[in-house]
Amino acid sequence: MGRLLSKAAPVMLLSLVVLAGLYLSLQVYLSGQSLAAVSLVAFLGLTIYVYTATRAYNYRYLFPGLVAVLLFVILPIAINFSIGFTNYSSKHLLSFSQATKYFLDQTYTEDGHTLAFTLHPDGAAYRIRLEAEDGSIFQTPPLALHATKVNVNAQPPVAGDAPLAAAVDTRTLIQNLKALKLVAIHLPNGMTVSAAGLREFAPVRKQYVKAADGSLVDQQDGAVLRPDMTEGFYKNAAGEAMQPGFTTGVGFAHYVRIVSDRALSEPLAQIFIWTVVFAGLSVVFAFSIGVILAVLMNWEALAGRGLYRVLLFIPYAVPGFISILVFKGLFNENSGEINLLLGHLFSINPNWFTDPFLAKTMLLIVNTWLGFPYMMLLCMGLIKAIPADLYEASAIAGAGPLTNFFKITLPLIAKPMTPLLISAFAFNFNNFVIVALLTGGRPDFLGTKIPAGTTDVLVSYTYRIAFEDSGQDFGLASALSTVIFLMVVLLSLVNMRISKTHTSEPA
Amino acid sequence: MAVVLDKSHRWRVVAAHIGLISFIGLTLAPFLMLLSISFRPGNFATGELIPSSISLDHWKLSLGMSYQGADGQLIEPDFPVLGWLWNSIKVAGLSALIALLLSTTCAYAFARMKFVFKQQWMTSLLLLQMFPSVLVLVGIYAIFDRIGAYVPSLGINSHGGLILAYTGGIALHIWTIKGYFETIPVEIEEAARVDGASPFQAFRHVLLPMSLPILMVVFILAFISGINEYPIASILVQSQDQLTLAVGSKQFLYPQHYRWGDFAAAAILSGLPITFVFLIAQRWMISGLTAGGLKG
Repeated sequence: MGRLLSKAAPVMLLSLVVLAGLYLSLQVYLSGQSLAAVSLVAFLGLTIYVYTATRAYNYRYLFPGLVAVLLFVILPIAINFSIGFTNYSSKHLLSFSQATKYFLDQTYTEDGHTLAFTLHPDGAAYRIRLEAEDGSIFQTPPLALHATKVNVNAQPPVAGDAPLAAAVDTRTLIQNLKALKLVAIHLPNGMTVSAAGLREFAPVRKQYVKAADGSLVDQQDGAVLRPDMTEGFYKNAAGEAMQPGFTTGVGFAHYVRIVSDRALSEPLAQIFIWTVVFAGLSVVFAFSIGVILAVLMNWEALAGRGLYRVLLFIPYAVPGFISILVFKGLFNENSGEINLLLGHLFSINPNWFTDPFLAKTMLLIVNTWLGFPYMMLLCMGLIKAIPADLYEASAIAGAGPLTNFFKITLPLIAKPMTPLLISAFAFNFNNFVIVALLTGGRPDFLGTKIPAGTTDVLVSYTYRIAFEDSGQDFGLASALSTVIFLMVVLLSLVNMRISKTHTSEPA
Repeated sequence: MAVVLDKSHRWRVVAAHIGLISFIGLTLAPFLMLLSISFRPGNFATGELIPSSISLDHWKLSLGMSYQGADGQLIEPDFPVLGWLWNSIKVAGLSALIALLLSTTCAYAFARMKFVFKQQWMTSLLLLQMFPSVLVLVGIYAIFDRIGAYVPSLGINSHGGLILAYTGGIALHIWTIKGYFETIPVEIEEAARVDGASPFQAFRHVLLPMSLPILMVVFILAFISGINEYPIASILVQSQDQLTLAVGSKQFLYPQHYRWGDFAAAAILSGLPITFVFLIAQRWMISGLTAGGLKG
């Protein structure tokens, strides 16, 4: 029984996955995304092949992991890259077909032809009675009022019909209003009417009709809307853009803007310089403190090193988002404990969050605090590997600790540390979390079109363009992050070359 | 080290102790202040670092209890801190479990099996890992927006989507586990194969039990990085009760709604267990960090 189960379980699991996948592809197909549906089915086919064919046995172990990497690492990169060539933003969220459908779904109720209506119970169903302004009367057959769309014909009452029951009270009417709004009644004169209130039905017409050349004609005033494929809007004859816009390709427009639009490129240049300065100084400060502490932690004459090491490690162990927010509170200009102390000791009250230079200083202080334990750990390992006889020889030569540090320790760890320092630089180059949580990029530059902060690094600026106060311009943000991406690639290539020359040489 | 010690050596030791103690004092001062603030009445500095009166109000709020305010009004907790902590633990725990499952099987294939482009696969995995996800947030957002249109429980503003998004970051785990697998002699599995075990049985019943330590390490590493992750969580979850701790904690310190004392209590309450796990895991972390770093 157990063996049977263990044999049947994988088959059942696979069939379950395939069934769920097929259902999903059907849903995707029905919503009009046929390309996505086809790729989904192809993917399912591949899954079945990998898990049934003996030739693909080895790939069974790789498949789930590679799929995860493909879907959530590579695909976002590709999509991000392609969005950089579109105008995808809060004003252009919909696709062209979705935007067109939006306009075609718009309706209006025609004035002057309203009909009074009453609702009459008929068993469990209801009948609707309409009375036009000229006194003519129409009645529907019994309807079950559920929250679904209903199309029904109404006829004038014929002599010999059973009389209608008394009309329902207002309360019942309100309860059924939602279902009533979905009822479309076709009158004998060809008019179609829908509920326009608690007492009235009115003719409802499509606002727009699509013409053969793809333009939309307004049925009320005859105005013509034409899609502008370069700007991503339907426009009327006067050239005014109609909301909602749609997503359309803009080619290299964002990249051109990044380089040539002064309103964008000037703050961007300053942000780039600050990003490099921030990343460089963070590494220098953290490394300087880390290497001194590492030397001390490797000094055998020092008692209690184990305890020191744990205590020094704590800033690294506390979750970053907590310690950054702790500093945000402590540095607060009005009620923070740091200004409280500084006020008592030196009677000063620095504006940590409103002065650009102080805000940058604060970012560096906090980032050094966060980063030195990691540098200490790395250096400790490397210093431990330095042969002790080097220090013995220098002691015999009468060298002091400073000479030892600068002539032996530092030169010997410099080489293996270089790739690690470059990695740390790359990490801080993209250190979004500290900027986002501590200053949010603020204080902002004055007089820029898109809000840009003096403490923003490139990634936090990109984030603001995409998700915060700067207009949700996904297209521009994607183009910008593609540029940053290339910088990171460059850094990684340099790093790989350096670490390769390091490992190929005998240490 | 057989070196003759001179007199200045002793002073240097004392100076080092003093230097270290004051440095540690300085680095840990923020946490001591935090502790004092969490017991201080009110949400604004009252001009004292050591509170003269102890108040448990902040702690009550962060534990989800209400308390009687000074004017007799009942003050309800603003933020579901414990809920956020639970969200974080849930998301980080499940994503770590899935990441472990995916990376273990991949690592097995990389360590023991032959297939085309094996070396290229591994190098590209490692390269991909270098790029921070914060650069492709728009792409991630677009993907989960699309997924959510068909499967809402995996889309924007769902924990399912967040868990899925985190499972992409498994390349480093694959490398770590693969390195460990390679230290285990392949002969043991071969013996099992001779006795009639399938490759999967050799993997499941021979290799996995022997690799339990590294699996624990990878789980803890993935768990911690899930708890600490901020950028993806900040775009994928939006409604108040769905937030993770990393995203939610920020709300305590909005200028219009400054809750410094409440934040202090909540930060200690939620930060302590995570720090504790991290300190326990640090031994493996160090070896992992340096090993990974030296390989470049």
